[in-house]
Amino acid sequence: MVLSALGAIILLFIIAPLAGLVFDTPLSDLFETARDKEVADSIWITLGTSFGAAFVCAFFAIPLAFVLARKSFPGKRLIQGIIDLPIVIPHTAAGIAVLGFISRNSVFGQFASGLGLDFVGHPVGISFAMAFVSIPFLINAARDGFSSIPLRLEQAAKNLGASSFRVFFTISIPLAWRHIISGFIMMFARGLSEFGAVVIVAYHPMITPVLIYERFTSFGLKYARPVAILFILVSLVFFVGLRLLVKSNKTKRKKISI
Amino acid sequence: MLQLKNISLKLPEFSLDDINLKINEGEYYVILGLSGAGKSLLLESIAGMQQPEKGKIILDGIDITNVKIQHRNVGYVFQDHAVFPHMNVYHNIAYSLKGKYKKSDIHSKVLEAAAIVSIKHLLDRKPNTLSGGELQRVALARTLIRDPKCILLDEPFASLDVQLRDDLRALLRKLHRSGRTIVHVTHDFEEAISLAQKIAVFHNGRIIQQGNPFEVFANPVSEFVARFRGIRNFFKTRMTRPDKVLYEDKVEIEIPPQQRISNGFVMLNSRDIWVSKTKPADRSINLFNGQITDIIPNFKGIEISIESELKLTSFVPHSELQHTQFRIGDKVWAAFNPENITFLAT
Repeated sequence: MVLSALGAIILLFIIAPLAGLVFDTPLSDLFETARDKEVADSIWITLGTSFGAAFVCAFFAIPLAFVLARKSFPGKRLIQGIIDLPIVIPHTAAGIAVLGFISRNSVFGQFASGLGLDFVGHPVGISFAMAFVSIPFLINAARDGFSSIPLRLEQAAKNLGASSFRVFFTISIPLAWRHIISGFIMMFARGLSEFGAVVIVAYHPMITPVLIYERFTSFGLKYARPVAILFILVSLVFFVGLRLLVKSNKTKRKKISI
Repeated sequence: MLQLKNISLKLPEFSLDDINLKINEGEYYVILGLSGAGKSLLLESIAGMQQPEKGKIILDGIDITNVKIQHRNVGYVFQDHAVFPHMNVYHNIAYSLKGKYKKSDIHSKVLEAAAIVSIKHLLDRKPNTLSGGELQRVALARTLIRDPKCILLDEPFASLDVQLRDDLRALLRKLHRSGRTIVHVTHDFEEAISLAQKIAVFHNGRIIQQGNPFEVFANPVSEFVARFRGIRNFFKTRMTRPDKVLYEDKVEIEIPPQQRISNGFVMLNSRDIWVSKTKPADRSINLFNGQITDIIPNFKGIEISIESELKLTSFVPHSELQHTQFRIGDKVWAAFNPENITFLAT
């Protein structure tokens, strides 16, 4: 009983501010904000940069996760620690680090600039900042997924003549798929909500968390609130949608099998 | 022909110590050892999942010690089957053929392999809907379809109930008759005897005896092998006279007179060990005084463990138990006639 009451307090702590946010905002404000081009643009940019970051990183993060799950090598713990670093460092500091990396003074920045690209103040720069702080979620989830597959299954596939490459794509990836997708969604979500790192790398084009901050500092709570609600709704729709997509795939597979 | 030459490998829990085996083409070879003795490690070394530290593995004249798992063409049927859970039975069986044959060829090969192990009706099923015996057959079919040079079976009877065991035994015999070389690892003596053409006894990472099953069990070279045959009374002795041996250099045992002086093993059937609570007046040779440490009943009688100068196990049938009751802790006399001893000279 006492435990339930304590639990309820925590739940209330999460629900109350969100409920307050919704109930304190007139519906008309919400509709008006939805028609605001600046808001709509910022939401699209946020979704696009975060999804792009997660999508591109997945091609590198998934193989790395597999190596971490399956191979043992000197310095593995150190690498694991480095991967978790973005979670623990302050995000503004992460932003400074990313900015230093992509600015025109850096080797990478000079190289990009040589190709006519400037990532500072560019959506790609925003993606960099988002990816930097959110990639541990994808790597760790995928690594846990690969670790959870019995090594036996991969050995059995090899024993049947399959190359390591084929084993990876036909056994490891399909069996770790749910973990990978879950990590992908977490990375995407973490990217969407990033403010500290992004605001340092690129104030413009404005992603929604930056827009919410700007409206709050320039016009006050009343103007920031509808944007915040709208952004929360859009995020929710995406996450619930993605989760359902994964789930429906799974149930479909089950139906075929029986 | 599969040949293992001086294979050694040390892992934290298990080890292989100078293993030498020669398995001829078409032979049914059983490796017998206790559960958890590291027998699987031996199969894994043959299949390439473990790399031996020393020694060579030669298959059909080719040294495959450093060949990758994929290129060994040795089929491994795992104890836990390792059937791919995300594919149905059809795709599990077809796995090794994909990309190598036309779809129609794969289809007919899958049907053929499924027919051999009688699982044609299961092809659409997912592994999580199958029983242990069915999974076993899927794993077998999946291996057979590649037509490997040699099939490695790791405790194939472990997850099967009695009736399925008979079915699998028949199936394995059928596979063997079709000319396949099979290396079968087990802890079950009956299983070994019923299938093996040749047998190797594995103990503490070593092969301690090998040969045809009859030879091995008629002439066990250690207590370990004798125990597999159910022989509880087995003593390594030193001969002092043609009719006398010493166990641990102090306990004297009279044996049937031998032709020549040689050390060897004293082997006794537990039915031939006589037990009584009172000291017999008519017996003086091979008579030991001790205490009962354990009594194990079965449907024919009881097996009594006696701690004396020799650790003896006696079997007393129910008919004789009507006169005497035995309890753990009882002081007893145990005796056996020299003519009931089998002496295995070494």
